[in-house]
Amino acid sequence: MESGRLLMAGNEAIGEAAIRAGCDAYFGYPITPQNELTAYMSRRMLEEGRVFIQSESELAAINMVLGAAVSGKRAMTSSSSPGISLKQEGISYMAGMELPGVIVNIVRGGPGLGNIAPAQSDYWQATRGGGHGDYRTICLGPSTLQECVDLVYLAFDLADKYRNPALVLADGRLGQMMEPVTFDHLPEPNPPEKPWALTGAEGREQQSIKSLFLNEDVLEALNVKLGKKYDEIEKNEKRHEEVRMDDAEICIVAYGTSARVAKESLKRARDEGLKVGMIRPISLWPYPYEPIRAAADRVEFFLVPEMSLGQMIEDVRLAVEGKKPVYHTGRVGGNVSSAKEILDALHDCCEKN
Amino acid sequence: MHSTTAAKKTKRPRGYRRPETLVDVPTHYCAGCGHGIVHRLIAEVIDELGIREKTVAVAPVGCAVLAYDYWRIDVTEAPHGRTPAVATGIKRVQPDKVVFTYQGDGDLAAIGTAEIVHAANRGENICVFFINNTVYGMTGGQMAPTTILDQKTQTTPGGRVQSVHGNPIRVCELLATLDGSAYLERVALSSPGNVRKAKRAIRKAFDVQLAGLGFSLVEFLSPCPTYWRMQPVDALRHVDQVLAKTFPLGVFKDNTASEA
Repeated sequence: MESGRLLMAGNEAIGEAAIRAGCDAYFGYPITPQNELTAYMSRRMLEEGRVFIQSESELAAINMVLGAAVSGKRAMTSSSSPGISLKQEGISYMAGMELPGVIVNIVRGGPGLGNIAPAQSDYWQATRGGGHGDYRTICLGPSTLQECVDLVYLAFDLADKYRNPALVLADGRLGQMMEPVTFDHLPEPNPPEKPWALTGAEGREQQSIKSLFLNEDVLEALNVKLGKKYDEIEKNEKRHEEVRMDDAEICIVAYGTSARVAKESLKRARDEGLKVGMIRPISLWPYPYEPIRAAADRVEFFLVPEMSLGQMIEDVRLAVEGKKPVYHTGRVGGNVSSAKEILDALHDCCEKN
Repeated sequence: MHSTTAAKKTKRPRGYRRPETLVDVPTHYCAGCGHGIVHRLIAEVIDELGIREKTVAVAPVGCAVLAYDYWRIDVTEAPHGRTPAVATGIKRVQPDKVVFTYQGDGDLAAIGTAEIVHAANRGENICVFFINNTVYGMTGGQMAPTTILDQKTQTTPGGRVQSVHGNPIRVCELLATLDGSAYLERVALSSPGNVRKAKRAIRKAFDVQLAGLGFSLVEFLSPCPTYWRMQPVDALRHVDQVLAKTFPLGVFKDNTASEA
């Protein structure tokens, strides 16, 4: 693999980032628009002498990740929306068993089979647990390919640090587009010791990893312990970017591909004299409520462009606590708003306000 | 399960020695259940092969979900039926370890059918110990994929009817069609002689894995007196006289001969 700046497709850049992060095993199943990622791994993982399996299903893929994680190894699976729904069972078990692992979702239109075009309609599933039980998954939302690289690398570190599944929530556009990326700045992976891993009971007592606790008090203790871990993640791992927020009177809140487009709308609005700024959540869970809450005291209203009928907008409203109007705009069904459409929405909101 | 002190006082037959791999605790299994026998046989073979410290097992969802309390080896849980997928993940990243799954008929032949077929088809170098007692025990005795025709269960109160409920699945025969399977044998826990044969099959399955020959599965026809509504001795007769008609005993695949 060359060094320097490389022109790569998003799906391939994500795969290479996982390899640079020391991913020992990758398990995948074909689904558009993420097939290039599985194909890339089928070649590169073998070149690196690591494990690649094309599994019989998404269920099998996530459970192979679970098995590799039980062994103390770094593992990843990727898919797109319908496949991620199937993985929720395994993700819930991994949360309960406190197993690290990275899951990449190249989101496409839904519900159901939907289509193969980019969407942001899996936000609720990605940030609210997704499977059964009281748990959280770390969720990172890149908006450029370089950020895809950096956040995939970070996802492995955070998953290990907190013994928790970590999701990277991208979309079909990020997966398919090409941009220059570099891997040169990524340090050599340094996974923590994993004394809990099942490696054979050599010179120690046997140990097991499980999520079944029939005694109510024992399960409650696990739930409380998980809650404390989630508090710790919320305290340490919130990430966001602010654009022109210093003098902003209007605040856009957007993530991922929507934020890319909204940056252009913001520039055009500024050219017109509208004082627009943007807060871009990078960690979608834990969610950066505080900068949005602080902005609610300064700006007139919020506009939330999303490629969904409005999902992240609920988090913005939780942050704003009714202090200012929060408006939604966006295209759905695999469509992506243009910069002009978001600018028009800004004008509409100014009139309403 | 709650009579720990009583169990400690029980006099053991002469010559009885508990395998190191078998933890000295009472199990939660019902009287006359076959799980305890297979747990012990697996423990004996692990001891004899000296692989206790390099073995990782995957417990199923079902009656044997608590298996990690009974073996002195590393054991993980798996979601229902995904047991072979979890074992695949473990074995692929730790090829030097001995990996086996322990699964019931619901886990293996109903909800986990895809996982077992594809693990066998890939020739995963793992052992599968498959307890076929033709019923879902943990959940109260419902119809299993291996429930035989006319068998009464909680969900086939009038007996299993072919036209309504379909037929019992013969797992060894099914997997024998796949080139990836290396060793498949069906044994019964119905008599001391058959129990000794069962142990030999377990030993062979581990040998196959240690030789790197690929996927091995031993199916145990196992008594469930509780949900067969029988006395334990009658349940053993039922295994021989009834179950073995639907599920004939024997070796269905053996690639070791061609490798030797």
